[in-house]
Amino acid sequence: MQNRAATVAMIAILIGVGACSTKKKVLPPTPPPAGAPLGSGSATAATPSGTDSGTVGTRAVPGSLADFRATSGSDTVLFGYDSYDVDDTAKAILGKQAEWLARYPSVKVTVEGHTDERGTREYNLALGDRRASAAKNFLAAQGVAPARLQTISYGKERPVADGSDESAYAQNRRAVTVIVSGAR
Amino acid sequence: MRILSLLLLAVAAPTAAVIRVDINSGTASPLPIAVPAFPATADAATAAGTTTALGSQVAAVIAADLGSSGLFRPVDAVATVVSADVIAPRFDVWRASTAQALVTGNVTANPDGGITVGCYAYDVVSTEELARQGFVTTAANWRRAAHKCADLVYSRLTGETGYFDSRIVYVSETGPKTKRIKRLAVMDQDGANHRFLTNGQNLVLTPRFAPNQQTLTYMSFADNRPRVWLYTIGTGRQEAIGDSGNMSFAPRFSPDGTRLVYSISQNGTTDIYRMEIASRSVTRLTHGPGISTSPSYSPDGSRIVFESDRGGGQQIYTMNADGSGQQRISFGEGRSGTPVWSPRGDLIAFTRLTTGKFRIGVMKPDGSGERLLTNAYQDEGPTWSPNGRVVLFFRTAAGRTGKVDLHSVDLSGANERTIKTPLDASDPAWSPLLP
Repeated sequence: MQNRAATVAMIAILIGVGACSTKKKVLPPTPPPAGAPLGSGSATAATPSGTDSGTVGTRAVPGSLADFRATSGSDTVLFGYDSYDVDDTAKAILGKQAEWLARYPSVKVTVEGHTDERGTREYNLALGDRRASAAKNFLAAQGVAPARLQTISYGKERPVADGSDESAYAQNRRAVTVIVSGAR
Repeated sequence: MRILSLLLLAVAAPTAAVIRVDINSGTASPLPIAVPAFPATADAATAAGTTTALGSQVAAVIAADLGSSGLFRPVDAVATVVSADVIAPRFDVWRASTAQALVTGNVTANPDGGITVGCYAYDVVSTEELARQGFVTTAANWRRAAHKCADLVYSRLTGETGYFDSRIVYVSETGPKTKRIKRLAVMDQDGANHRFLTNGQNLVLTPRFAPNQQTLTYMSFADNRPRVWLYTIGTGRQEAIGDSGNMSFAPRFSPDGTRLVYSISQNGTTDIYRMEIASRSVTRLTHGPGISTSPSYSPDGSRIVFESDRGGGQQIYTMNADGSGQQRISFGEGRSGTPVWSPRGDLIAFTRLTTGKFRIGVMKPDGSGERLLTNAYQDEGPTWSPNGRVVLFFRTAAGRTGKVDLHSVDLSGANERTIKTPLDASDPAWSPLLP
């Protein structure tokens, strides 16, 4: 699997040499890993999904966004109601994110903080900042240079799940690590 | 645009009115009031239609204003008013109807293209004249003259300042809950003259009026840098001013318009700051712990009410305008947030959060006398009418649509109304009375 991924990457790079400005366009489209919070937005979004994501990850270019998601298990960690505690599940994901970021030191990320809808607008902006900061601080404690880490809070403005039930609330209380530059 | 008001000739010195509307009684017994079409002094063309047509429209706006307060019940006119009737109503005819008060007047085209709306109010039973005033404005501005007339009647019969000649700024919403598009929009308090101010490209939140009604402060996510902005309504000029590198939000003007209070979040801690707008100099007012946000000045500018979770959950606190003397005032069930000081100074409106529900309530500035006015899934973000007698807020429905719209409720809690907007609507802020 490792070899195949490397081959895909090599082909991508070789093509890229001939057409630098369009490098991104000639990369094969990478399906989102199972752990990504897109699509169905299942409640297991933040759970490292082991071999499943590994299988998908073989198509990810090392150093790419897809590779980041696959290697880390998820770009998203979840929080309890009105909480910004980074729990063990979140620590495992953030730890893998930090390892990946250590391998690709040119990558810069923004950690987005989000809340569920059960709070007032302005308080939730502040709560989203708490969550983004908590995730950022954990990454920094794992050795990621603070200069590579930014935060932004969206409060309750950008839910991933549109319901008004516990399942939706749980998915929406999250911090998402978004690569802003330096990825392949 | 300013509306010139003039005292009409031969004002009868109003004596104590026989009828009076008790503003605290809610909708228990709204006063029946007749607002027949205003006759034109002479039918003439204006840029907004004939004076005869304007006379009907002006009367309809006045009736709608008064009716929306819940304190008045517009009744069908039993007679057509002609010019001569305006200063000498046929009280015998009106007494035959249920109307206890009569609002009448006339519309005159002025040589400069403008109009004068004469506004007269009478007690039908005692035949006493209650008020009269003339309003001079452009023809296009006729609705404001009607609102001014409604404010005159409201004021004369309740003893309170009116609130009909005012505007609402809010956030217009479209699209799925996960990708909401939000735009600033402004409209008259009755929903007329609706206008979008931003194009939806950037996420915008919580617009609030400056005392001059010409400037707004709001929060925008432009350039992925969420911070406080100013918007000048006349020119459309937008300017970022909360530029500290950290998120700034929850802005409100001081009553004199020279300062803003707002929050800045820094590494998970949120505190309240004050900015002198002219010099941009910033003073920190709270020093944690936790989240302190949603500041709102008392009308005299001496105090600030805000929310903080420093004691555990969100609760309401007050402090002096320099940040001293911080004390908690809310102790009710659940959590309390988004406090807004009434322009009268006597009450603070807030959002009460209990087990997933938000309700709008009011309390005195010392925290006593708490009353909840609404009951739905999520009622949030109160804002006061200019006279401090009506609270406007937004109501979000549970579920996938995230349907959200504007509602108003009076202080009795009995007169709750939906404010119609073209699209979904949230984050309303009521302007002061227009000049």
